[in-house]
Amino acid sequence: MAKTSEVLLSPIFKDNPIALQVLGICSALAVTSKLYPTLIMCVALTATITLSNFFISLIRNIVPSNIRIIVQMTIISSLVIIVDQLLKAYDYETSKTLSVFVGLIITNCIVMGRAEAYAMQNGPYMSMVDGFGNGLGYSVILIIVGSIRELIGSGQLLGVQILPLVSEGGWYVSNNFFLLPPSSFLIIGLFIWFLRSWKTEQVEPAEFKMSKNAPKEVKADHA
Amino acid sequence: MQNKDSIKNTLLIGIGLCLICAAVISVIAVGLKELQKSNAILDQQKKIVAAADLKGFYGTTESAFDSIEEKIIDIEGGLITDLSTEKYDLSKELKDPSRYIALSSIEDIATIKKRENFSKVFLEYREDQLNTVILPVRGYGLWGILYGYLAISSDLNTIVGLEFYQHKETPGLGAEVDNPKWKALWRGKKIYDENGEILIKVVKGKVDNNSDMSTYEVDGLSGATLTSNGVSNLLAYWLGDSGFKKFLNNLKQENING
Repeated sequence: MAKTSEVLLSPIFKDNPIALQVLGICSALAVTSKLYPTLIMCVALTATITLSNFFISLIRNIVPSNIRIIVQMTIISSLVIIVDQLLKAYDYETSKTLSVFVGLIITNCIVMGRAEAYAMQNGPYMSMVDGFGNGLGYSVILIIVGSIRELIGSGQLLGVQILPLVSEGGWYVSNNFFLLPPSSFLIIGLFIWFLRSWKTEQVEPAEFKMSKNAPKEVKADHA
Repeated sequence: MQNKDSIKNTLLIGIGLCLICAAVISVIAVGLKELQKSNAILDQQKKIVAAADLKGFYGTTESAFDSIEEKIIDIEGGLITDLSTEKYDLSKELKDPSRYIALSSIEDIATIKKRENFSKVFLEYREDQLNTVILPVRGYGLWGILYGYLAISSDLNTIVGLEFYQHKETPGLGAEVDNPKWKALWRGKKIYDENGEILIKVVKGKVDNNSDMSTYEVDGLSGATLTSNGVSNLLAYWLGDSGFKKFLNNLKQENING
């Protein structure tokens, strides 16, 4: 079915939830300083959004429209609590690193956005595919950001030393800026730039016009 | 469905959904509780065993922990009590004003505000001889309180290891307190001089190995002066008079007499 693959794949580059819709930035900043917790976060979010889309779609025809948001939230939060509980039981170390950010999947706009925009109008199967696709789109960005941050920030990937650090007798001076959340802004920004140069239809019309540079004579004075 | 927006249906769906979700979550939470509890306990045990460097000797964390006795001690008197260790919970102790003392700003060098009256310590015995004492320590770093365990060998003056199990320090800078290379520096460092003065501290930069003080000093964490100071302060507090000094002295006395 051509439509299934379209629904599954378009959120990855064509209609990426983070890069195009600019949703779910908070967790993309917070959990990406190392790759391993990033991967766990991706799995947690993808599982949540896939299942929440499925359940919400399943009951979409009987949900009264005036309480539909609350119903969606209830389903999403229940799923997130379950994911959090499972993580605490089976990967305690990572659950400590991710701490509150797993719980914050509840407020991740991507999950809520897909529930409202897609699952309320489409069948359970397609909704699951859509949820999974958006989960992948989120994951692609997080994995890119996580890999770059861990590699530049501590010279490691998944905890394995790739670039030998000066402090341990190697040659690589780690850039600590990349261990701090703001560095994700930079990486996501560059990624959006790259994506929009490649897929030019994503470029939005300018909201205002840049004024011209100052006249040449002024510059000449300074030189 | 023409009546899907009716009040009856709204209530029905709302309540029904809540009940289903609540039931599912309860079942899962109860089902996983034991596993989570044992995870949390194992995590603490791992840190304690790591601080005392016992894994090499005993093989596994579990068997190492079997050789450890948990004791509740009275910090003020420095004596072991026979209170049950099972229900001891530091956060609960610090909520009950009769079970902690508030520290004045002069005393409070580790910036912890309250000190519990009773503390849970860990004693490792080999062939009935005390081999390692593991003390819980905590103190303010840069962003928050560092919680950890300090292991001291049977002479009660030599550090075996220092391990933090919870902190909020900056990754790559202050969070290097978790770096195995830095933690290895603590091994064999001395705490008190002959007069019982606390000399152990984290210095700025590298320790000068030719100086007399080098057995009391540990390299600072580069780029993390405040975290390094925090570690020095928390050791100074917990090894001092209002910390575990009395307890350590009593143990030493016992060692000599026994």
